[in-house]
Amino acid sequence: MEIYLIILIGLFYASGLFLMFQRSMVRLLIGLILMGNGTNLLIFLMGDIVKGKPPIIGKDFSIFTEIYADPVPQSLILTAIVISFGLQSFAIILLKKVYQITGSDDLDNLNTHDDEI
Amino acid sequence: MNNVYIVLPVIIHMITAILCLLSWYSVNIQKVLSVIGNTAGLIVSIFLLKEVYTGPILTMQGGGWAAPFGITFVADTFSLLLVSLTCISSLAITLYSFGAVTRHRMKYGFFVIVHFLIMGLNGAFLTGDIFNMYVWFEIVIIASFVLMTLGGEKPQMEGAIKYVALNMLASTFFLTAIGILYGITGSLNMADLAQKLAAIENRGIVNITALMFFVGFGIKSAVFPLYFWLPSSYHTPPSTIAAIFGGLLTKVGVYALFRMFSLLFPMDNFMQNLMIIIAILTMLTGAIGAWSKINIRRMFSYLIVCHIGYFIAGLGMFTHAALMAAIFYLIHDIIIKTNIFLMAGIMYKMKRSFNLEELGSIHKNYPYFSIIAFLILFSLAGLPPLSGFWSKIYLFGEAISLERYALLFALLFASFVTLFLMAKIWAQAFWKQRPEKFDLLEDRKDKYKELKWNKKLILLGPVAFLLMISLWIGFGADLFFQISDKIATELQNPELYIKAVLK
Repeated sequence: MEIYLIILIGLFYASGLFLMFQRSMVRLLIGLILMGNGTNLLIFLMGDIVKGKPPIIGKDFSIFTEIYADPVPQSLILTAIVISFGLQSFAIILLKKVYQITGSDDLDNLNTHDDEI
Repeated sequence: MNNVYIVLPVIIHMITAILCLLSWYSVNIQKVLSVIGNTAGLIVSIFLLKEVYTGPILTMQGGGWAAPFGITFVADTFSLLLVSLTCISSLAITLYSFGAVTRHRMKYGFFVIVHFLIMGLNGAFLTGDIFNMYVWFEIVIIASFVLMTLGGEKPQMEGAIKYVALNMLASTFFLTAIGILYGITGSLNMADLAQKLAAIENRGIVNITALMFFVGFGIKSAVFPLYFWLPSSYHTPPSTIAAIFGGLLTKVGVYALFRMFSLLFPMDNFMQNLMIIIAILTMLTGAIGAWSKINIRRMFSYLIVCHIGYFIAGLGMFTHAALMAAIFYLIHDIIIKTNIFLMAGIMYKMKRSFNLEELGSIHKNYPYFSIIAFLILFSLAGLPPLSGFWSKIYLFGEAISLERYALLFALLFASFVTLFLMAKIWAQAFWKQRPEKFDLLEDRKDKYKELKWNKKLILLGPVAFLLMISLWIGFGADLFFQISDKIATELQNPELYIKAVLK
């Protein structure tokens, strides 16, 4: 299971970076979103993915004796997802506004006021 | 020592922001609330700074959960110093905004966003939990996105795309690094992390994580290969907002770098060399970039990049004197960078341009303002005995005694270029006779002259207030060196921090 997730994370990061190197603003944003999702999965992976092992110490023990699903990374991802949702929705609106103003999706057309140095 | 009041600088700004949000339809009530909130925040933070400066490090365990489990807030001298400086800047900026920000920007929540931004900054300075720091950073950047785009003019939108994209990328790096850090240690509390990281055998992965933090915070604080978003976005918003950005936002990245590389990742030879090389390149490119500009706000944006190099150099050398100098420079820089953008706003009001070719005759028309501007410009350049001078002399001394001559050259080069540019601004904008054709243009007419005296006062007051503090830093340097000395000691002995948090 973990090896698949690792490959998936690598794919997310690679495709995110690839899209960020393009000149289109929409692709830049999609690239950022993909990289963010890769990060979330990476944190998920850090919390030991096991089935049916809640982090509850048994009656006869005082410490964990076997591997358990760590709840902290899951709560971290939840926070990260909410935050990135806010940022992404802001960025999408911003892109729409910029497209309305400049009439272009090309990052190279963003320097219209750069004529005067 | 446990003290719940250290979260007050965060809470006060949060309450102010919420109250401003509730009085959305009345800008005047928002103004009053904003001044009250800022003043209260400033008083509380100065009081706390005094407490910590003379006593032990204060902590607050969120919800009463003991250190490695709950979220910890830690107030040592470094964080409270930055909180105090942030509160001073934000008070000056809010007052200035009454005269400078147009009514339609204020109506769409200018004060609300400013207070959320300051809340985020204070939180980032005070938190002792790495994931919590990420959350504060996100609050800061989402608030700064809104401030960047507030008003919706074309150049603002174009600058915002670059700003938003690079800051989101920086957050991704930061979050990735936190994820790996949690994977190898199983902890998020910074004091606990410091202990656990030191015990890890596999140094390779620790160093990779350190580098990922360096890239993440490097983008935020605009160091050499990662600074391009800053000069292409900071000149676009109105001067008030540019002052918040220029004075405060890059410094939170610098703070995080200082915290990370003193507490979590002890400096080794490789990291020191890397930082010093990056500092050299940051100073050189920033200085050359500023040199090539004739628009004063673009020049100041590049100078922000250039002077970030001083902090990185101080951190890279990591001796007591170098850290002390870097902290002293941080005190000076937050105040002066805020002030210089506010001053540029007044100059724009007078001559309706940021372009050095179109500026001129300010000294002839406004001799008293020119005195203020002269002191601000040459404080930034570090003319003795003004505030920029003291830290630079220590940085030069450390570079010589460590025999880092390339660094010494870069420090001198950056200083001389700054001095040269300030002299250039002085000669071109203040002394030069303005070409007559610009005086005749309708959109270059002097708008400052027509203002009523109270409007003039509200613009000049905050600038003079920040200048007073700059002069105090320069002439009363002894006190600030003592504070910097204490901070440098704390940074070099992270066990003080660890002991205060974990007991």
